[in-house]
Amino acid sequence: MKLELRGITKRFGALVANDHIDLTVEPGQIHCLLGENGAGKSTLMNVLYGLYQADEGEILLDGREQHFAGPGDAMAAGIGMVHQHFMLIPVFTVAENVMLGHEQTRAGGRLDLDAARSRVREIADRFGFHVDPDALVEDLPVGVQQRVEIIKALSRDARVLVFDEPTAVLTPQETDELMAIMRQLKESGAAIVFITHKLREVREVADRITVVRRGAVVGEASPTASDAELASLMVGRAVELTVQKDDAVPAGRGLEVRNLEVTDARGTVLVDDVSFEVRGGEILVVAGVQGNGQTELAEALAGLAEHVRGSVRLDGDELVGRNVRQVLDAGVGFVPEDRNEDGLVGTFSVADNLVLNRTDGPPFVRSGALQLRARDAFAREKVEEFDIRTQGIDTPVGRLSGGNQQKVVLARELSRELRLLVAAQPTRGVDVGSIEFIHKRIVETRDAGVPVVVVSTELDEAVALGDRILVMYRGRVVGIVPATTPRDQLGLMMAGIAPGTEGEAA
Amino acid sequence: MTATLAPTPEDVVQHRTVTVVSRKAPIALGVVTALFALLLLLAARAGDATFRLASEGDLVALPDVTVPGTATAWVCVALGAAGTAVAALLVARGRRVPLWLSLVLAVVLLFGFLAWAAAGSAGDIPVTRLVGGSVLLAVPIVFGALGGVVGERAGVVNIAIEGQLLAGAFCAAVAGTVTGSPWAGLLAAVVAGVLVSLVLGVFAITYRVNQVIVGVVLNVLVIGLTSFLYSQVLVPNAETLNATTRFSRIAIPLLADIPVVGPALFNQSVVVYLMYLAVPAIWFALARTRWGLRLRAVGEHPKAADTVGIKVGRTRYLALVVAGAIAGVGGAFYTVVSVSSFGKEMTAGAGFIALAAVIFGKWDPVRAALAALLFGFASNLEGALSIVGAPVPSQFMLMLPYVVTIFAVAGLVGRSRAPAASGQPYVKE
Repeated sequence: MKLELRGITKRFGALVANDHIDLTVEPGQIHCLLGENGAGKSTLMNVLYGLYQADEGEILLDGREQHFAGPGDAMAAGIGMVHQHFMLIPVFTVAENVMLGHEQTRAGGRLDLDAARSRVREIADRFGFHVDPDALVEDLPVGVQQRVEIIKALSRDARVLVFDEPTAVLTPQETDELMAIMRQLKESGAAIVFITHKLREVREVADRITVVRRGAVVGEASPTASDAELASLMVGRAVELTVQKDDAVPAGRGLEVRNLEVTDARGTVLVDDVSFEVRGGEILVVAGVQGNGQTELAEALAGLAEHVRGSVRLDGDELVGRNVRQVLDAGVGFVPEDRNEDGLVGTFSVADNLVLNRTDGPPFVRSGALQLRARDAFAREKVEEFDIRTQGIDTPVGRLSGGNQQKVVLARELSRELRLLVAAQPTRGVDVGSIEFIHKRIVETRDAGVPVVVVSTELDEAVALGDRILVMYRGRVVGIVPATTPRDQLGLMMAGIAPGTEGEAA
Repeated sequence: MTATLAPTPEDVVQHRTVTVVSRKAPIALGVVTALFALLLLLAARAGDATFRLASEGDLVALPDVTVPGTATAWVCVALGAAGTAVAALLVARGRRVPLWLSLVLAVVLLFGFLAWAAAGSAGDIPVTRLVGGSVLLAVPIVFGALGGVVGERAGVVNIAIEGQLLAGAFCAAVAGTVTGSPWAGLLAAVVAGVLVSLVLGVFAITYRVNQVIVGVVLNVLVIGLTSFLYSQVLVPNAETLNATTRFSRIAIPLLADIPVVGPALFNQSVVVYLMYLAVPAIWFALARTRWGLRLRAVGEHPKAADTVGIKVGRTRYLALVVAGAIAGVGGAFYTVVSVSSFGKEMTAGAGFIALAAVIFGKWDPVRAALAALLFGFASNLEGALSIVGAPVPSQFMLMLPYVVTIFAVAGLVGRSRAPAASGQPYVKE
């Protein structure tokens, strides 16, 4: 089925998320939609899927104009979507998730689960992977959950398939397998829209590439274009793709983690016997696929985790067992993974957010009263220093772009006297310009002699930023290797295969 | 393809797990046993206790069981202590305390308590009536809890169960009296429950007001409205508006003749039989039908439901209508089964206990109904104890159902998980 979008425009208030976007996807073709976070790719696809109504423009399938009042209409017309955040119900089985919305029933209104099971098996067999139709979705690894999403779309005979940032949660190997599935779908004549911001993947599978920037199509590129060309098209200027840094000069004791174990309330060991050390002036990147314990490790270092055993020593001082205030006072700076949830108070001003963890005494609080003048002077200085693009220091931080929000967090954490910096996913959802800036500041912190721990799920970032890389898998350390390790090997480590033991799971 | 090197999803290593042992069970058992022993020491009672297992006119009349009160109670204390020790040992070894152990010990301690309370008393403990009365007291709670389960599984917290019960009771009284038919009363109660539900729906689903607040306000509204109408309209016209014909009891042949439980369970009115049908029916509808699957989907992950073409708002409204209808039936119980007239605030918090039963029953209709039965039993115990003249202040016994509710919800329920989107309005971005 041929998909055509003509002049799609979608506004949210004053913001134009999509500005007269044209896109044509031929059957048997993988069409990449490349753009930064916030460029409007997902909005466009939500319009196509009937989740949003376009303000202007039309959607055509095989030349016929379509009007989708909701996702149900889009699906009926043959559009399937593999969502970035899986649209699966965790407590349902695979079969139930696949049948949901177009259930077959037997006598007495009973659900025909057998039909759904055989449908799941049939589609899974077609692509040569195995999914247990009776497994609960929440018990499945994310890679398998994604296959359930694909099965769900295919079980409705989708002829146009949209993959929205499908590789963000996958290991490099799972990504390769997904690419194989996408090629197979393409062979069978489906039209595929592949949304991503990862250049490597684009060049690997794309037949055509459309680049989107700030809600508008800025050009088409051929799959043979270089990374630098694609990146500059995506960002609108030449981009530095590598991080400029000298070799690390480790000094001092720094951070020593011994046999750290973090357990959740249900008894799952999320961080399992983790030991490592980071000396002053060194960046250790904790790499791994999302959800393998990196988040919990970072939180444990910041004193935020419950049920922690083992030892975390900073310059010889034990941190485990101390509360968050004491950990902060010990000189730990923490950039949390989810800045909206844990890093900032969205309705507070930029100035308030900049002093959020320093409200326990001078200079910002004296005898229980906020020192507004000191706060504002400090805020102005930091806005300048960190190049935070805001209308003013009184602007609610929630109104800033992701990159500028992250700079506020970073400015707050780096402006204290640090003995350790822990940054979890510091560049997630951040524009390329801000990424460069954030990386530069992290390297500067390292060069000042502070031990730095960065959690990253992006292999590119891990390799560019780290001096050494610690790979985690299912809560355990697969290995700690120099950043010069070949990417293939890092990829295998992210799948749990320790260096030197290839071919068998760790 | 490098896929050969990647582990297939079947043999991926999972996170290691350690058993999280809850110390709640041995502590709770130990405390209850110790308190009971203390009670026996401080207020010793002499004499025998008699448990009457038959009621008048039984086909198979079981003989009464008489036990020495204090001695039996001490034996139960010993059993409780032994059970506590076993539970403590299990916990010390890092194993879980099985639920049946706690349940058996609870029954043993209860038996001991009754033996102590009835010791030396002229009255017998009417076991038949204890069971039957529990079922009757539990009926509105069961219906309320079923309504609560249906609403919450669809993602709408139904705090307004109390209001639905009360509105149902009121409308059943008026309609039942005016038409002279308890069936009309039942129907009116259903309509009343649905109306309360729809008001909740308009605010909670359409206008996305905080569901807890709307529910609480609705309860207050219904209490105020029925109290006003009761004193202004029903009291002056009690004969013409507030004197219903009640459903008569129907004995089910054979089943009603089962010793001890037969008369209590199977010589009841049609509303009670409706309850027996409603519990499995709701379970089936939620677990096995398209309607139930969609309803649960909407309560767990409304956006996912939306992306497969399910209308979230409509599904939630329908669930609320069904929930209101069920709760309404529970309300009718008060005025066309239990007594034959409406009284001010006659539901007396049953709706809130039903809410607790929903949580205690982990949002499952069958378990919620069992929890409601437990609460019914706790309420009924007070009556049984006053018959034997137990030396427990009646005010204390009146608190019992609520104390049981708090403990049940706070401690004994174990790990339970509410529907993920319960209480959250669905906002299409």
